[in-house]
Amino acid sequence: MTRQWRKSLTRERIFGGVAMAAGLVILFMATRAEAGVRSAFTDDQLGTLFALPTREALYAFGALCFFVGGWQLYRGFRSLNVVLGAAAFLVVSSFLVWLTAAGSINLPGLLKTTLVSATPLTLGALSGIFCERAGVINIAIEGMMLFGAFAAIAAVSITGNHWLGMLAAILTGGIMAALHAVLSITYKVDQIISGTVINILAAGATRYINIRLLEPAGYGSPGPISLMRVPVLVDVPVLGKLFENTPTVFFMLLLVPIVHIILFYTPWGLRTRSVGEHPRAADTVGINVFRMRYINVIIGGFIAGLGGSYFSLSLGSFEDNMTHGQGFIALAAMIFGNWTPVGSFFAALIFGFADALQGKMQAFRVALPPEFLQMAPYILTMIILGGLIGRVTPPAADGQPYEKQ
Amino acid sequence: MSANQPDPPAPGFLQAQRRRLLPLFLGLIGLIFLAVVVSILTKRGVDLILPLFGLSVLLLIGLITLRAGSFNWLRGAVIPLLAVTTALIIGAFLIAFTDRAVLQALGNFFDDPGGALRLAWNAVATAYSSMFEGAIGSPTRIADGLEEWIMSGEARAFRSAMRPIAESLTRSIPYVLTGLAVALGFRAGLFNIGAEGQFLIGGLCAVVVGFSVTGLPAYIHLPLAILAGAAGGAVWGGIVGALKAWTGAHEVINTIMMNWIAFRLVEWLLRGPLEATQGTRRTAEILDTAKLPRFFEPPIRLHAGLFIAIAAALFVWWFLWKTTWGFEMRTVGANPNAARYSGMNIGRNVILAMALSGTLAGLAGVSEALGLTHNMTLGFQAGYGFDSIALALLGNSHPGGVVLASLLFGVLRSGGTRMMSVAGVPLEITSIIQAMVIIFIAAPAIVRSLYRLDIRRDEMEPATITRGWGS
Repeated sequence: MTRQWRKSLTRERIFGGVAMAAGLVILFMATRAEAGVRSAFTDDQLGTLFALPTREALYAFGALCFFVGGWQLYRGFRSLNVVLGAAAFLVVSSFLVWLTAAGSINLPGLLKTTLVSATPLTLGALSGIFCERAGVINIAIEGMMLFGAFAAIAAVSITGNHWLGMLAAILTGGIMAALHAVLSITYKVDQIISGTVINILAAGATRYINIRLLEPAGYGSPGPISLMRVPVLVDVPVLGKLFENTPTVFFMLLLVPIVHIILFYTPWGLRTRSVGEHPRAADTVGINVFRMRYINVIIGGFIAGLGGSYFSLSLGSFEDNMTHGQGFIALAAMIFGNWTPVGSFFAALIFGFADALQGKMQAFRVALPPEFLQMAPYILTMIILGGLIGRVTPPAADGQPYEKQ
Repeated sequence: MSANQPDPPAPGFLQAQRRRLLPLFLGLIGLIFLAVVVSILTKRGVDLILPLFGLSVLLLIGLITLRAGSFNWLRGAVIPLLAVTTALIIGAFLIAFTDRAVLQALGNFFDDPGGALRLAWNAVATAYSSMFEGAIGSPTRIADGLEEWIMSGEARAFRSAMRPIAESLTRSIPYVLTGLAVALGFRAGLFNIGAEGQFLIGGLCAVVVGFSVTGLPAYIHLPLAILAGAAGGAVWGGIVGALKAWTGAHEVINTIMMNWIAFRLVEWLLRGPLEATQGTRRTAEILDTAKLPRFFEPPIRLHAGLFIAIAAALFVWWFLWKTTWGFEMRTVGANPNAARYSGMNIGRNVILAMALSGTLAGLAGVSEALGLTHNMTLGFQAGYGFDSIALALLGNSHPGGVVLASLLFGVLRSGGTRMMSVAGVPLEITSIIQAMVIIFIAAPAIVRSLYRLDIRRDEMEPATITRGWGS
């Protein structure tokens, strides 16, 4: 009995049920909402973009979400991602509408903060993808980013050029990745331990050098990097705001498709993936497993360093432990995104959105402690990791040292 | 015997001299020991104690490598000892070459090469001797205090002279417990990065019970507070274990997530519900009935948490090696497939191991909260998460090893604090040294090639403690 019940509980059905439940919750919130109140979405220049009647909008979103869930249970969509995406969009929109009842929210501002918050996460996830697709677990994204953040400020302080700072960050990330590669590929140290070492080293060494060398010399806060404007796009009415941003954001937006193409449409990508899936087979057809792994891990380090430079260059100074755990969230985004660049980018946007919303919390009437909103992405990660684990498929040889025979 | 037959290979110099070198080594160590005792008693040449101590450690290492055969039980200690020594040497270079005076002297190195070297030596000597004094205590002051105590019966000077070593022990207590937490996880094939969160939740629960439950005698209140903390840690770790057992979600990600949830939760609680007075960001002080008793009078803070740590170490050893449950847990960790085929319940073992691991980390929080801080503030957890991983690795995931490693870390930490105030070397040097220690322990081949020891074949084999993301 129980076994049969369990068997019928496929992931597809669970998601259908969850979507229906979410729809019911939204409908319940709708019944509690005040009648005649509007939720306004505004823009700096244009004023109010559009204003939805809160209660009616909630009813509509709730019903739609319930219907999507029901349809999934009854007939099923072709792809689970459709359900996931639709339900997530509806839940998030309803949440926004509910929050802004009788108030307003700056929608382009929110989008911009989301994109900016997602930048280091995406870069970290891309770094992880390069390493893990080649079969080396990279838990040291956090440490590499911290080293990058520090190296960027040190280099800018000395040379006065922000681009050199970014270059220094990229190279430092690569050096730390090389350490990770030596330990985990040549010496076959457990990859998670080798990553942890880099994280410990990053926290200690950056602070040590900062206190000992940079601060006494009066270095350490050279000012933020100037914003970059994309010529034509920046004049687009509402979304133009997105195109005046820290350069790192644009690099990230460029890197996502580039990494996607490299991984899935080039011989190099094919070799990388084969080394991560079945190194022995790759070795048999003449691919140098060790070399592939080394190079990919170091490329991953470059990207993580670039991601780290975002923190310090956009702030203009270095603070102790300034990545505060974003590297681990990037890791989670990578797993969410099923080890694909595009998927990780969307996962990072979800985390970035929660972060952006959290910053705007004070503007709302609803009293929700900001700490709880900060917790939300972590809890979400745990739930999705628990619910999706059958769906995420790490590279088969991820985490296993390769030995030539 | 014909002339063209090759001679038998000459025995190595060390092997030939072994018989003569051994008594020499033993004699030297004995002499050094004698010299230390004499200099403490006569209070002459006290400055020599530290170098003599270092020399005897080096001699001991040499002795062990030489007599590897007859010191088999010490053989496992060679790599950790060499790793720590090497890390300290690298640390010395870091201290010397980040010193501003040294760097300036290096600028005109060719005019005055001796000056730069002298300055570098001074910087390192000041740093490490202040570290030694902060960790063990100043021999002169101990000798003076002891004399005063014997002569006049006034023990205050002796107590304050003994404070550093007591402080090192006090600092070791949470290290032992968190190190055991990670070590137990390793033995069960789990990587618990969440010791920090479990530590925080354990401390939180203990503090809440400590100040909110009133009117109980100490012999009920204290155990209740300890149990509450242990339960908090067990739940925080157990959730991760359950998720792993039921859905296969990887414990590394989930323990990290649980850490952040714990941090945010405590931030919120300290900002509002549990804040004693507005703006202090701390809870009320726990009642006297919930405080862990301290052994000595004020300058020494050593408290009864020491017993919790010792008991936990004994318990983990007994549990893992003397019980059926422990055997199952180790089997699941060593080879899950074998465990599954022999009918062991993997899921149950994973949940149990994570809950036990969380309990140990929670107990560390308990002993800090009830023994030292007596309340909960922001920044209570202070980096035990990463240190505990280092401890478990250094101690080879064995309770005895973890205790020794914790003593080392306790010494580094309390010595590092003094080094910071005396020599101006940031405390972070200790975490750099710790990272080096982990590298050398995890990759013994590096140490063996550095010291020209023969590399054992099994040390180049992959040592995978954790198994990917999926299983």
